Amino acid sequence: MSWLIVGTVPDDSFPLIEGQISIENGLLKIGNLKINIARGTPALAATACLAARELNADHPRALLVGDAGKGAGSRKLYAHLVDIMADLDVAGFTFHYLQPDVYWHNQILWAIQARTDSPCLVADAGFMYVAKMSGFAADYDLFTPDIGEMCFLADETAPHPFYTRGFLLEDESRVEEYIARAYQEKNAARYLMVKGARDYIVQGDKVLTTISEPAVEAMEAIGGTGDSLTGIITAGLMAGQDIPHACHMGALANRYLGVLADPTPAYKVGDLLAYLAGAMQQGRTGG
Amino acid sequence: MSLLKSIFGGTPDKLRGVSEKGIIVFHHTSEVIKAESLLKKAGLDVLVKGPPPEIQTGCDMVIEFPIVSQLQVLELLRKNRIEPVQVVSVQDHLLEPVSLFNIKDFGDFLMVRAANMKITVHKQTHEIVNVSGGGCPDVPFLAEQLVGRNLFEVAEPAENGQTLCGYSLQLAYEEMKRRCRG
Repeated sequence: MSWLIVGTVPDDSFPLIEGQISIENGLLKIGNLKINIARGTPALAATACLAARELNADHPRALLVGDAGKGAGSRKLYAHLVDIMADLDVAGFTFHYLQPDVYWHNQILWAIQARTDSPCLVADAGFMYVAKMSGFAADYDLFTPDIGEMCFLADETAPHPFYTRGFLLEDESRVEEYIARAYQEKNAARYLMVKGARDYIVQGDKVLTTISEPAVEAMEAIGGTGDSLTGIITAGLMAGQDIPHACHMGALANRYLGVLADPTPAYKVGDLLAYLAGAMQQGRTGG
Repeated sequence: MSLLKSIFGGTPDKLRGVSEKGIIVFHHTSEVIKAESLLKKAGLDVLVKGPPPEIQTGCDMVIEFPIVSQLQVLELLRKNRIEPVQVVSVQDHLLEPVSLFNIKDFGDFLMVRAANMKITVHKQTHEIVNVSGGGCPDVPFLAEQLVGRNLFEVAEPAENGQTLCGYSLQLAYEEMKRRCRG
């Protein structure tokens, strides 16, 4: 299935660019541009590329722009995406590191909903924040929060995870309570993949399954391991898997990445990608 | 429905969602005016408004700003020696920022988490080995600036950060420094 990964590169001078992505000499390639795979959207896109290859799916496409936090790049991307929305041939979107902006979020969501098809909508990172902030979380198919972000979804007043109220502590033993609260307040997507020591795959307010093994603690400290998980899930969806299946495969493969790489907390996500093919194989066979 | 959305597209449904705005409260009106000009010049979408009645202040004007840009706003004010009384969320001005830190000891490495941001340091060398979490676009940028550098020699996240994620990282960074000093 055709898929578009939408996000940012942490360099204000990087241009707005859309095209098929590939990996070349350890760098992410789009058009004639090459990007370091350290974390963020480049890490998600690179993982999706490699995982798609393992699943015999086409390479994903990406719409990227430079934005180091001032938001100008994100706004440029939002306006462009609204302009081209009607003509895009795409079965799904994965929205990622983008400056939260409710006005532009709503323009994009409404442009998607004006289409005659119903592309699958996955949101992670900043775009998940703004999807919740806008009040349209329930219009999304999948969010991929970690425990802190799950608390944010559960807090109906919080405009950002930084303002999550203190009674919603990052207490993994209370994840199901947070999930129920997020759905009650209509602040969750149709499916959730809650990342943590135990991963929760959720549909509606029902926990479909949890995954806690194999466990490699150092993965929590490594920047980009949440991005790699969303990348693998994106590849699964591109390969035609349904959302719970893609999340299950992603959770297992990401965990086996840790087992095979045996990282310290000083590893980089790029160090792990060499193990992706083996991790996906082990995920499929159960180790 | 789509037609209605295209007609009313510029006016998001006010009954849904939470506010993305914050309020900055100042001591004096002169500070509001100076801050407004400064923030507008920096390209920020700010408006001068009346304060909610619950906020006790000597000044009858506040500045509304996009809350994700809090770090950028405060840094600009700091550089220009304007010290606000209070920064709050429009949604519920009693909201308090996350104040608890989550600490994980990996043996040779220590990780500190503040809100949605984590920083990990090698305990002996004080090298910042990882930055993770967050969702705003300055996070990958800040990570590039910090990782591989010494905790006590690197430019603080607040110097280059722009958003609330950057501000969370600054808090995690300060807590890490406090712990590494012993």
